[in-house]
Amino acid sequence: MEEKKSAWERLQLVHTKGRPTIRDYIPLVFTDFYEMHGDRLYGDDKAIIGGIARLNNQPVTIIAEVKGRDINENKTCNFAMPHPEGYRKALRLAKQAEKFHRPIICFIDTPGAYCGVSAEERGQGEAIAKNIAEFMTLRTPIISIVLGEGGSGGALALGVCDELAMLENAQYSVLSPRGFATILWKDASREQEASEIMMITAEDMVRLGVAETIIEEPLGGAHNDLDKISENIKEYLSHKIPEKCKKDIDELLKARYTKFRKIGEFTE
Amino acid sequence: MFEDFFNVVKKRFNDGNDEEVKETVKCPRCQSSIMLSRYEELHRVCPNCNYHGRLSAQERIQITFDKESFREFDSKMQSLNPLSFPDYDSKQAELRESTGLNDAIVTGTALIKGSPAVVGIMDSRYMMGSMGSVVGEKITRAFEYATENNLPVIMFTASGGARMQEGIVSLMQMAKTSGAVKLHSDNGGLYITVMTDPTTGGVTASFASLGDIIIAEPKVLIGFAGRRVIEGTIKQRLPDDFQLAEFMHEKGFVDMIVERKKMRSVLSHLLKLHGYCPETKEV
Repeated sequence: MEEKKSAWERLQLVHTKGRPTIRDYIPLVFTDFYEMHGDRLYGDDKAIIGGIARLNNQPVTIIAEVKGRDINENKTCNFAMPHPEGYRKALRLAKQAEKFHRPIICFIDTPGAYCGVSAEERGQGEAIAKNIAEFMTLRTPIISIVLGEGGSGGALALGVCDELAMLENAQYSVLSPRGFATILWKDASREQEASEIMMITAEDMVRLGVAETIIEEPLGGAHNDLDKISENIKEYLSHKIPEKCKKDIDELLKARYTKFRKIGEFTE
Repeated sequence: MFEDFFNVVKKRFNDGNDEEVKETVKCPRCQSSIMLSRYEELHRVCPNCNYHGRLSAQERIQITFDKESFREFDSKMQSLNPLSFPDYDSKQAELRESTGLNDAIVTGTALIKGSPAVVGIMDSRYMMGSMGSVVGEKITRAFEYATENNLPVIMFTASGGARMQEGIVSLMQMAKTSGAVKLHSDNGGLYITVMTDPTTGGVTASFASLGDIIIAEPKVLIGFAGRRVIEGTIKQRLPDDFQLAEFMHEKGFVDMIVERKKMRSVLSHLLKLHGYCPETKEV
């Protein structure tokens, strides 16, 4: 058993060139993937891909944030930073899944929602808010998996779910440790210190009630054995999806609401 | 995100009387100097450019709701320190002392020209109105109360976004509050958002943007990403009106821009148009 890595070491791992992205996982975890395009309102955001596939034999809807594996892919997918039309595409496909009684599997892997003029003009805040609210009551099971970076509201827009799983070295945070250090200490160079204090690891997420499961990565990280990590993801989903599908939908929705309802630390 | 804090500038006028000190404020939008007394008389609206400045929750309650009709919920709720973030506890203790608030929002019930509503008023003096555990919990409870009692909700938003010091716990408040808004909405409840200065970040990306009707005060800042973050990304200066209420109205994310002096009357009409009628005679 490998010794647990620090938050900082994991952060480096997540940014390692060669860390698998959703494009690597889809052919190994699913079959018959058909990608669907566009939000039917404005355009097709390449930072989020979505479509229909089979998990074992069962049709499912996949919605995923896409990191590039090289600079060209990254240019196309905007370094996995979605615009509002990306979130609106996600919501369109989620509603479609609800209509056809398909479970939804979301893969989170983003530094955050895109911060730019076009994103503001088209309502970045509204798009994220709408997804969060609508996903809360979608009448179909939703499982989300954080593959690498779970950055802020841009991650949460695909993160309202019945169960959240984290890859062992993945992180989930209110903003990047670098941004955190910049805002709170006015000093971006204290990034490492921020990463250690912020509670961003998979274990932190389980302890805080944000995630339920940690998916083990191969020795040294996911990039060392793509087949193995894909198998682990598939095994998790193959167990979890049928379990959630068997549940009464009203019970499932109540549990989904409660999962988020109970997070918060206060006295009165 | 934080640059617009309305700065009160003390100026000593050199008019031959050294004892006389006149306080002025500088409008963050048009930069004109305004006598503080005049500014307060106008309920913190710039007489030059009509920018609607920041109010404390207490001031907002006084000018918006029927006299003595406000009943506060959860007034004693205080945040813990989930990340054990250094200085978070002491900073909060100082703010409690200086503002008289326990966190960045006050919630409760109130009457507007006799019509009852569940209300929430954010106060940017408390850690830039950021949303952590207490803001999230109080908003969620307010919506749950409104759902149970078939009441409308009016939220006055003012926030720099998520409460960084609470890390991922603060991010999850976006899901918690939005979930409660959704259940209130599915139950047929009316929700009016009044965006005041500033409404940004995780608050814009959650409950603030979910109103059935979204009102903004003139010239207030509304957006998701901070202006400086965007300028850093695109490497150029943004136009002055970028992310102001009027810009968001033009882009289709705000239903109407309402001046402070008309707010009470507009809210009262909207409540009545949705069938929420006066319970008691207006006081």
